[in-house]
Amino acid sequence: MISNKLIVGLLFVVAMSITSCKPKGTTSVISGDAATKVYVPPGQYDEFYNFVSGGFSGQLSVYGIPSGRLLRVIPVFSSDPEKGWGFNEETKPMLNTSHGIVPWDDLHHVEMSQTNGEADGKWVFVNGNNTPRLARIDLKTFRTAEILELPNSGGNHSSPFGTENSEYIVASTRFSVPSDANPDVPISTYKENFKGHISFVSVDKETGEMKVAFQLKAPGVNFDLARAGKGKSHGWFFFSCYNTELANTLLEVNASQKDKDFILAINWKKAEEYIKEGKGTKQAVKYSHNKYDETTHTAKSEMETEVTVLDLANTEGIAYLIPCPKSPHGCDVDPTGEYIIGSGKLAALIPVFSFDKLQKAIAEKKFETEKFGGIPVIKYEAALYGEVQKPGLGPLHTEFDGKGNAYTSMFVSSEVVKWNIKDLKVLDRAPTYYSVGHLMIPGGNTKKPFGKYLVAYNKITKDRYLPTGPELAQSAQLYDISGDKMKLLLDFPTIGEPHYAQAIPAALIKDKQAKIFDINSNKHQYKTNGEEDAKVVREGNAVHVYMTSIRSHFVPDNIEGVKVGDEVFFHVTNLEQDWDVPHGFGIKGANNAELLIMPGETLTLKWIPDRVGIFPMYCTDFCSALHQEMSGYVRVSPKGSTLPITFNSSKKTAAK
Amino acid sequence: MKKSIITTLSLMATILIIGSCGGGGSTSEKSTNETEQPETTQTPSEQPEAKPESKADPSTYDPKRGEGKFNESNVKLGALDAAMADKGKAIAATKCNSCHKQTDEKLVGPGWKGVTHRKTPHWIMNFITNPDPMISKDPELQAQLEICLVRMPNQNLNDEEARNILEYMRQNDEVK
Ligand SMILES: [Cu+2]
Repeated sequence: MISNKLIVGLLFVVAMSITSCKPKGTTSVISGDAATKVYVPPGQYDEFYNFVSGGFSGQLSVYGIPSGRLLRVIPVFSSDPEKGWGFNEETKPMLNTSHGIVPWDDLHHVEMSQTNGEADGKWVFVNGNNTPRLARIDLKTFRTAEILELPNSGGNHSSPFGTENSEYIVASTRFSVPSDANPDVPISTYKENFKGHISFVSVDKETGEMKVAFQLKAPGVNFDLARAGKGKSHGWFFFSCYNTELANTLLEVNASQKDKDFILAINWKKAEEYIKEGKGTKQAVKYSHNKYDETTHTAKSEMETEVTVLDLANTEGIAYLIPCPKSPHGCDVDPTGEYIIGSGKLAALIPVFSFDKLQKAIAEKKFETEKFGGIPVIKYEAALYGEVQKPGLGPLHTEFDGKGNAYTSMFVSSEVVKWNIKDLKVLDRAPTYYSVGHLMIPGGNTKKPFGKYLVAYNKITKDRYLPTGPELAQSAQLYDISGDKMKLLLDFPTIGEPHYAQAIPAALIKDKQAKIFDINSNKHQYKTNGEEDAKVVREGNAVHVYMTSIRSHFVPDNIEGVKVGDEVFFHVTNLEQDWDVPHGFGIKGANNAELLIMPGETLTLKWIPDRVGIFPMYCTDFCSALHQEMSGYVRVSPKGSTLPITFNSSKKTAAK
Repeated sequence: MKKSIITTLSLMATILIIGSCGGGGSTSEKSTNETEQPETTQTPSEQPEAKPESKADPSTYDPKRGEGKFNESNVKLGALDAAMADKGKAIAATKCNSCHKQTDEKLVGPGWKGVTHRKTPHWIMNFITNPDPMISKDPELQAQLEICLVRMPNQNLNDEEARNILEYMRQNDEVK
């Protein structure tokens, strides 16, 4: 009896002490029906695909909403041995840059292609922050189709945000740098020589192919995030920037001096006209453009050598600066296109700007007396619709539910705050666990949000999951926002560090999924069109193996006559024409990775045997009851060996 | 002895193929397709996918016709069309010969020799375009599966390809 009381008392003390070091309300109130709202019964599908940035993993992850189930990790900027991405000969060019192959990047933001201001389910664009790149993922194959490097850039953070018909995807630099044409300057000349370039990348409507249409040269601020206008503000783009102090050292102090930084408003239709009129300057640069061809199953990397730059210091009517307190992160445009919400991460309020007032201020020239870097600065009050007072600490990013409400993440106070866009009143707040970055409402950046769920992507998860050493799971949290009050439904782990994400109703892309690659359309130069064509060909010290795979064997499965130091290319064609029957290929001692070959596809593994011996090779993807039998041998002889190439062809493979 | 068993079974079962682990589903392999959701597939031989419940119900299954879009009315045979058979031969080289020989010898799946005498033309076309549901229902195919242990893959043959392959099988069986 006593001991029971003691235990209860101790539990109470423990519970209190845990609670006391968390944000308020941590022992979250989960209402009784939360589980049923996220439960997707076996064999049934989620309502939404959620594309979530994989942060410093360099990849894009795909989750089902509302279950939070991980469906797929799509390799983008980082090599991935599971899929052979960046290891097989066909995908190596995708990771090429002007610096050579860069097998990693830091993927922050996610933008779906749009038509008329709504996600159309064709492509997903993502940014590489470190070695500035943009990638396009094809939503028929869930594969990276294109990667474009960016010149004159030092950190592609303010990216990839798009216009309402994906006319352009923008990529603006977080770290201002000197231009690529004249890069060797003293760092102390930051203020005069370092510039912030904004790339407008056009997207072909049919193929999705990206092209750096033009760049805008801006003062050396740090661009953070961006949003295109929509509806009435279509034709405009808004970029948040900090470090208007133009500091280049101890930024945590020196870039936080001013009371207000800026949102840069760009009239991109006007910029387009100027470019057409030849007002840009052509500049010699070097950046890679990598494309994956789905008929040859092969990527090509080409170097681009020119870019057209328009200097904002010498233009009229394109660029305006709106003062915004204080180190703004998000600058998010509501579904109507009228309101631009600035989120100063060091500010104690949320400023809401009006597009109509902005136009009026420009027409009436309500500018500050001094320009900044040659760009007019609009008077704060002239563009301001109003301020949300005391919303919380550290506002970062705002999404919309399409019902007149905005939801802003509060990094410092670890909460989501719901407020009304018209009267700017705070309506509700819900804790997050902990240090929330971006929020996501499906369609929350478009003209027509699906205002049923909200997901918070958090930086810290202490005490939310079973501990796993010093590093804990990254996390997302799902809220029901269909009622007046937000309700926490689910925590689920994510990869990398999640930044932004977007989601689309499953129905819009589920039925477009490719199931196989048609073997008859396979134009790979080393395709093997059936087992009778399988062969091994020596060309000098290169050995080309034309190999086929099908449940449950390779042809050939025994090869002799290979010598130490040969460059052996296994060109494996998967003869299957059935959904979800990839075959793998691995060989002992290969110092890259494996192949994972989709039905109807050909892929190549390069292998340089380093010693004499018998090398087993096998299928790595369990494919049938006889999967274990899907294997073979390569005999490697000494360098000077005169043993001719031999192999067993299909004519000899019959089991007697 | 062994050879005669194989011959007998292949005469009974006929066919082509193979498969795997049967409806019991004792493995977790991905080749057990019968639990899939209704597909919106681009399979050229488009036809409603059998529902999982009906798959196990042999009473609705006609072992002479098989299951699929083909029947006596839409598969008509004439004198051997050598041009069609040639096309079928080329398709088979890419999509079928990995597992089937043209003799009566088993490779991964049974040899093709004699199949057009043992099975109706529309059964053959249904099976090669719609293997999964049939493997799950056809008693002879299930017996064959116990021998081969690999389910015949759906090789996504379109109607014309399937018809050409049938003609090639007839040529292989020396139909004139
Ligand atoms: Cu395999």
